[in-house]
Amino acid sequence: MARAIFQEDRCKGCGLCTAACPTGIVVLDASRLNSKGFQPAIVTDKEKCNGCALCARMCPDLVIQVER
Amino acid sequence: MAKIVFTRPKSMKDVVTHYCPGCHHGIIHRLVGEALDELELAPKTIGVAPVGCSVFIYDYIDTDFIQASHGRAPAVATGVKRALPDKFVFTYQGDGDLAAIGTAEIIHAAARGENITVIFVNNAIYGMTGGQSAPTTLVGQSSTTTPKGRTSQNDGFPIQVCEMLNTLQGPSMISRVAVHTPAQVIRAKKAIRRAFQCQVEGRGFSFVEVLSACPTNWGMTPLDAGKWLENEMIPYYPVKDFRIPEGVQ
Ligand SMILES: Cc1ncc(C[n+]2csc(CCOP(=O)(O)OP(=O)(O)O)c2C)c(N)n1
Ligand code: SF4
Ligand SMILES: [Mg+2]
Repeated sequence: MARAIFQEDRCKGCGLCTAACPTGIVVLDASRLNSKGFQPAIVTDKEKCNGCALCARMCPDLVIQVER
Repeated sequence: MAKIVFTRPKSMKDVVTHYCPGCHHGIIHRLVGEALDELELAPKTIGVAPVGCSVFIYDYIDTDFIQASHGRAPAVATGVKRALPDKFVFTYQGDGDLAAIGTAEIIHAAARGENITVIFVNNAIYGMTGGQSAPTTLVGQSSTTTPKGRTSQNDGFPIQVCEMLNTLQGPSMISRVAVHTPAQVIRAKKAIRRAFQCQVEGRGFSFVEVLSACPTNWGMTPLDAGKWLENEMIPYYPVKDFRIPEGVQ
């Protein structure tokens, strides 16, 4: 199963990954802040991740590792 | 067992960068790191850092570095490469650094066809110093020094660096790329890798301009900055290969 693993404390909440995900399952979590004070990017529906890594390619902060 | 298909390049340090949220410098650093990894260049690389937001690139890419005075990176890189021709030498420079104070250095390094690689990050603004207008600031674009927008009458016209260097015989490769969408990122990666390969093969001066967002000083969200780059920057700074040597991978 493919999965995108987010190193959440490194996320600056820029949202570039949210626009890159073709399945629309990456969003900024508006309900909380990470240790840096940003709304972190999360995967809403892990089952739907196809491991394309487009989110990771757009991340300026190397937050995301992708496994397949 | 799951296989890792995407992770931090080995040539990049496992640290947090100082860049603002959504700043494209982070993506461009990673592409440099990926290309260094793939061509196994890191152990013999000497980077030349600029003055600008990317001055701290030496804290992020795990190779040797020299930090040059403002705009002088191509001259420093020339000296390093001529003294140590077996090293891989690249500069990483912003548009204020390369196209304003460093105009003479870049033009003459290109004209001489120095066997170095230049990564030119054009964000149409002086990022580090707080958003003053650069030679690359677009007509109509506002900045702290052109608060009502740049006018050609008062401020002249923005410099298209690739087009200008493309009048010279020295360069082996000149490309302009962008990193605001995944497709553009993949293309940019290929161009950076190809530019590095040009130097490895001794073909002479290779140059990649990367259009880059500065959401902070443009006063936009990172996603809006990507749209502005697409709609305003690319029409004036077309993304294309100006010159590619035959047979390079
Ligand atoms: C000799 C000298 N003149 C001026 C400065 C001030 N200064 C620092 S960074 C900079 C411009 C940086 O802009 P750019 O190269 O576009 O890099 P960015 O921060 O946008 O990535 C200037 C003018 C300086 N440090 N040294
Ligand atoms: S000021 Fe602009 S160029 Fe500098 S780190 Fe912030 S977004 Fe990037
Ligand atoms: Mg700049």
